Amino acid sequence: MGLKIVVLAKQVPDTRNVGPDAMTAEGTINRAALPAIYNPEDLNALEQALRLKDKFPGTTVTIVTMGPPRAAEVIRESMYRGADGGYLLTDRAFAGADTLATSYALSTAIRHIGDVDLVIGGRQAIDGDTAQVGPQVAEKLGLNQITYVEEILALEDGLLTAKRHIDGGVETVQAPLPLVLTVNGSAAPCRPRNAKLVMKYKRCLAPLEKPADGLAYAEEYEKKPWLTLGQISCADVNADLSQCGLSGSPTKVKSIENIVFKAKESKVLTGSDEDIKGLMAELLANHTIG
Amino acid sequence: MANYYSDIKELQFELNHPLMERIVELKERNFRDKETFDEAPLDYPDAMDSYDKVLDIVGDITANVIKPNSEGVDAEGPHCENGRVRYASGTYDNLNAMVGAGMNGMTMPRRFGGLNFPITPYTMCAEIVAAADAGFSNIWSLQDCIETLYEFGNEDQHSRFIPRICQGETMSMDLTEPDAGSDLQSVMLKATYDEAEGCWRLNGCKRFITNGDAQLHLVLARSEEGTTDGRGLSMFIYDKNDGGVDVRRIENKLGIHGSPTCELVYKNAKAELCGDRKLGLIKYVMALMNGARLGIAAQSVGLSQAAYNEALAYARDRKQFGKEIINFPAVSDMLSLMKAKLDAGRALLYQTSRYVDIYKALEDIARERKLEAEERQELKKFSKLADSLTPLAKGMNSEYCNQNAYDCIQVHGGSGFMMEYFCQQIYRDARITSIYEGTTQLQVVAAIRYVTNGAYLALMRDYEAVPVAPEFASLIERAKAMADKFEAATTHVKDAANAEFHDLCARHLYEMAASIIMLHLLTQNATRCPEMFAKSARVYANYVEAEVMKHYTWVMNLTPETMEDYKQA
Repeated sequence: MGLKIVVLAKQVPDTRNVGPDAMTAEGTINRAALPAIYNPEDLNALEQALRLKDKFPGTTVTIVTMGPPRAAEVIRESMYRGADGGYLLTDRAFAGADTLATSYALSTAIRHIGDVDLVIGGRQAIDGDTAQVGPQVAEKLGLNQITYVEEILALEDGLLTAKRHIDGGVETVQAPLPLVLTVNGSAAPCRPRNAKLVMKYKRCLAPLEKPADGLAYAEEYEKKPWLTLGQISCADVNADLSQCGLSGSPTKVKSIENIVFKAKESKVLTGSDEDIKGLMAELLANHTIG
Repeated sequence: MANYYSDIKELQFELNHPLMERIVELKERNFRDKETFDEAPLDYPDAMDSYDKVLDIVGDITANVIKPNSEGVDAEGPHCENGRVRYASGTYDNLNAMVGAGMNGMTMPRRFGGLNFPITPYTMCAEIVAAADAGFSNIWSLQDCIETLYEFGNEDQHSRFIPRICQGETMSMDLTEPDAGSDLQSVMLKATYDEAEGCWRLNGCKRFITNGDAQLHLVLARSEEGTTDGRGLSMFIYDKNDGGVDVRRIENKLGIHGSPTCELVYKNAKAELCGDRKLGLIKYVMALMNGARLGIAAQSVGLSQAAYNEALAYARDRKQFGKEIINFPAVSDMLSLMKAKLDAGRALLYQTSRYVDIYKALEDIARERKLEAEERQELKKFSKLADSLTPLAKGMNSEYCNQNAYDCIQVHGGSGFMMEYFCQQIYRDARITSIYEGTTQLQVVAAIRYVTNGAYLALMRDYEAVPVAPEFASLIERAKAMADKFEAATTHVKDAANAEFHDLCARHLYEMAASIIMLHLLTQNATRCPEMFAKSARVYANYVEAEVMKHYTWVMNLTPETMEDYKQA
């Protein structure tokens, strides 16, 4: 039984290594100061998809990513690890999207691909940290969803069993396909790039990435159609422009402030049972422990 | 993210050596694989880009899988259970990552599932892995035994065994026995032909076998009854699937804990002959050892790099007397010399691997068609260069990595003596490099003929004619004077015409030759990239000049008549 799997992946600025010039004076991200990387939890999601592909012959793993042409790097990085191909969702009309507009655009692409058994994405992206896109995609497609997945335990007779990472423990749940999963960072790390796949796919380009003047090894693209990645515009999926990009985004940023944490407040505790009990309660309440 | 390849600019520099163009041309045979294999390169820049990208994967796995596992693997070590080896748990993660990334059978032709990589980028991978875990690097690097099976096995053996290695099965070379260490001619493991089954049977035991529970073993055994020397030995292939070889125990060692060193018992184990009878030691194992020696040289350079990295980071961080200790000349002197030895040793390692690449690729072409006269000349030239430089690269780098490991602990002071720091593992792991695959003393034995026949001197004179940037011309002038000293010392020893005196002086002549050759290579590198190597070249010149004078004085002060003091009974 082969599955048709779509993995949602995003290219994000590497916010884990933020320097003093990470934000512009206007409060937007200074992309030049932060390298673009594969969103970490999307790599966990890709690994889950590739494991299903290893297990069920005939399974295809297709990447869908929205962004500027350079975001196609995420598709190549996925193919180096075993994905079959992917689509770059790119259009000026998609720009400036919040989670609602993003999930709308992604859902139109998934419909366009059609007959998808599983949509798998990372729990959240490290630039926005909302964890909203996966669930919104499921809602827009009218599909079941399992969030915070740590491990897919079984897939039999169209019924998927997954272990979820939840507050204070794990939960095992079942749902029928088709299904949307969002995968937690605590799931298995993604496998490394494979040497032969890197050498085979390193020249893959989305149409918009191809330079107008002189493409290196141009004749190869004639001979090998798989060197050209999928690309989807608004028009390709008949997207409703009012739900796309800035106009489809109800989120408005009012202002952004730089916060510097200072150790101004301090509390003196004694070794009394009462103080210890109070501290335990406080640490449990704010999830420092437990 | 850390990457053990892209973080080391010197490796990228060595990869981009001008000689690579010829190597790729020979290895890819007019890029004929591009029609059959999607991953095959289309031209020279494409091949180089692929090497770079694949090395980047190895650098990534090394930094993010192998290095984090290294301490745990060192502490846990392998286990011997019911005659089998169970690796430390981290070792399995390391292997899975490397095999999953397709890093096995790297140098094998694509038709067997290999990457058809030259030995040079493969050797770089071996260096990279060793910098994080020298023990694990053994298990992974033993894949290069397949080169010997490819060279001397038949087509049927190629098709049965090479694809398995490309898919990630591991190998071992079973040579040493309790009474046959450096002296492999004394190997006694018995091979008898089983007429009924039409196969060979192995009986006896082997000791100190690295990765001794591998799936595929190359075994040196005595096939000719009644013989006692090397001419009675043949090489066999043992497949673990056939059974018959058990692990009796795993040695408890000072270092490279991740690498299981096994005592093996062969009980009527089924095996097949590789190549011809009686050529086991004199031809095949010599080839096997030459490949393995290059591997140990790479492991040594990896350890040298690790030692330098640890020492540098500590010296930048540690404050005493109100400043970072790197600012004290006594400390920066150690660091500068560590870096110079590292750069010089690496230059020699990859010059050797490039020479090996050229002659091996030509030999492989010769299996398909008759070589042109010019190609035969080239093969002869590079095979001689490779054979002469391999014992220098192995011997000197293994000594240098021990010296660097020592200095690394010294830079750490008292903290370096504590088990908490990585430098103690480097120190323990480095110690074996100057012992296995032939001790430094045996590297001298392998190299000394090139001292006496003038091959090293001729190479030095050739290198003296290689143009260098004006700022380094004085270094070459000094190297010329050193070569004169080397020549005079060699003549002094040869004129004495005394075998024992010759053996006594051999190590000194060997070190003179090796260090002068390395000075040339490092100066050539400095010409191509002064910002990377100028300092090291000057520091190394100062060091080598003093070393050459030391050895020269030592040799010239001695005659066969005055060497009695060096005899111990």
